[in-house]
Amino acid sequence: MAMMNMVQSINLALREEMDRDPSVVLLGEDVGVDGGVFRVTEGLLDRFGAERVIDTPLAESGIAGVAIGMAMNGLRPIAEVQFMGFGYLTLNQMICHAARMRNRTRGRLTVPMVLRTPYGAGVKALEHHSESTEALFTQIPGLKVVVPSTPLEAKGLLTSSIRDPDPVIFLEPTRSYRMLKEEVPTGEYTVPLSQARVVQEGMDITVIGWGAMIPQVQKALDALGDKFSCEVIDMRTLSPMDSATIVRSVKKTGRCVVVQEAPKSFGVGAEIVARINEKALLSLEAPVERVAAPDITIPLPKGEDYYYIGPDNIRKAIERTMGF
Amino acid sequence: MLVDDFDPLKGKRLEILRTDGTVVKNLEPEIDDETLLKAYRTMVLTRVADDKAVKLQRQGRLGAYPPTKGQEASQIGPALAMGPNDWLVWAFRELGGLIYRGVPLWRLYLYWMGNEEGSSYPEGVHATPSVVPVGSQVPHAVGIAYAAKMRKEDTAVVCFFGDGGTSEGDFHEGLNIAGVMRTPNVFVCQNNQWAISVPRERQTASRTLAQKAVAYGFPGIQVDGNDVLALYAATKEALERAREGEGPTLIESYTYRMGDHTTSDDATRYRREKELLEWADRDPIARFRVYLTGRGLWNDEGEKALLEEVSVMVEEEVKKAESFPRPTLEDCFHHTYATMPDDLREQLEALRRGLPTGRV
Repeated sequence: MAMMNMVQSINLALREEMDRDPSVVLLGEDVGVDGGVFRVTEGLLDRFGAERVIDTPLAESGIAGVAIGMAMNGLRPIAEVQFMGFGYLTLNQMICHAARMRNRTRGRLTVPMVLRTPYGAGVKALEHHSESTEALFTQIPGLKVVVPSTPLEAKGLLTSSIRDPDPVIFLEPTRSYRMLKEEVPTGEYTVPLSQARVVQEGMDITVIGWGAMIPQVQKALDALGDKFSCEVIDMRTLSPMDSATIVRSVKKTGRCVVVQEAPKSFGVGAEIVARINEKALLSLEAPVERVAAPDITIPLPKGEDYYYIGPDNIRKAIERTMGF
Repeated sequence: MLVDDFDPLKGKRLEILRTDGTVVKNLEPEIDDETLLKAYRTMVLTRVADDKAVKLQRQGRLGAYPPTKGQEASQIGPALAMGPNDWLVWAFRELGGLIYRGVPLWRLYLYWMGNEEGSSYPEGVHATPSVVPVGSQVPHAVGIAYAAKMRKEDTAVVCFFGDGGTSEGDFHEGLNIAGVMRTPNVFVCQNNQWAISVPRERQTASRTLAQKAVAYGFPGIQVDGNDVLALYAATKEALERAREGEGPTLIESYTYRMGDHTTSDDATRYRREKELLEWADRDPIARFRVYLTGRGLWNDEGEKALLEEVSVMVEEEVKKAESFPRPTLEDCFHHTYATMPDDLREQLEALRRGLPTGRV
């Protein structure tokens, strides 16, 4: 065991899977010589060579499309898109091809690939570098969407994503890359997909989040002290979603706050509220509250604080829901 | 090398089998009689099968369909040159190439009739399914080729698209990446002069489509797309180069779409009759028949027997496709993921019971 941040744990997962399985290849912009703009792929070119760690031309749709072809012909490609804001160019490839190749061919051709991309705001980045548009992918049948929240989780979830027989969109919260270090085991460590994690158990209220929102939730709970007994759920896989863990928890607590970094409307949070409505409505003591960004374009760094979800708003939402 | 002798930038186009059925002797490829006959038979079968598909659509027995008439050589020429393990990546107007490569005709009918089972090709047929979002299959061909090259296989990938497809970003990205990675790809552009109603000269200001290869750092060649021998020769050379690690080639197959874009289209709205008649004189099958007859491989009796044989065969394939069971509700769910997620299982269960998928 070693103390690692998320950049290091993702690097470890990539290295170990490439060691284990010669069909795993990396491709993307600057993933080779530069080791990725966040250094996530550092050292992998030296270890595995240019045939398996491929610096591609600057072409996101092409990268996704080439990865799809590789996956159809026996490789397990991990394509990196440098920032989620550039990933929109991959949508046609991911939606029209990766997501449905299995179904279109009734299982004759499949696309076991991972599309990794840093995502999310809170780091005062350039324009188009702070997107959290996971909902663009979660509505697509055939895709899986995974978001790790800690270094340990990232290793286990990425390992499972690489081994998964279906295409996975793996969203790495930029803000969490170097935020925290924790013990991460070397060697076999997986976290199953489509299983949410109960971060802490509680009786009064369920707080649901994912990715970079989990540390914000923790801060809100720290501020609340012993006031309420809060159950915290980290969704980990957004699609296909683990409804059972949510429903079980809300049936127990009767109250729920969903925290989502993305703009409020039409997001994953709305889907969670809908599932609670479908399966746990009569257990509710209060309306489920969403804490989310406003439905505006992400402001440039000087205005980012108006947009980004802080612990204060999460705390207030918990208090309001408890006081309903 | 043909790609050196027929430089598109110098206005050259490879033509071997002339419209009157005579050949340019020094360019005539060596193809054994059996293969020549198989090519001819497949071209005739393709024309009959294509005509049948249009009729089936008119009768409401098949959905919208893109007729391939006039482009038989353009598809079968390249297929003729391919090795047994090579991949075929296609767009949607490549019926002949697919039949030649061993995709059962009834499966192709089944696809156009609206059943996914139509795209489940037999084991050993290395072909991707039809790609309707124009041009987006090009990067796939590069990835498939990269995987083969990485495993040091003797496999190449032939990728078809149309003249309209060359305007798409994925065409550029795919060819650009292929050039950089020197993947074993042969890109065949079926330039049939029309992308629905938009003529070739409105797709690009380039004089030829073949010359686009120059910018990607690999050779391009324009070929008479109704000349099966020229298509064969150009593809064979390109495949050899690909297998020797010399990277991709772009072949512009200069052909013509004799039918409508699809059965939903009416080409008389934008095309002149005169153009159609001119191209009818350049028919790929007629000239090939003259060539085979001249070589003593074909005669009127053979023609008559073949036409009877293929029409019986086409009817049987239609019967097979039409008697294929409709997909079940379960079929439509089962292949979304390798393992069905709980949500989907619940939704399936609800629909099975005739209930909405809402409060499951």
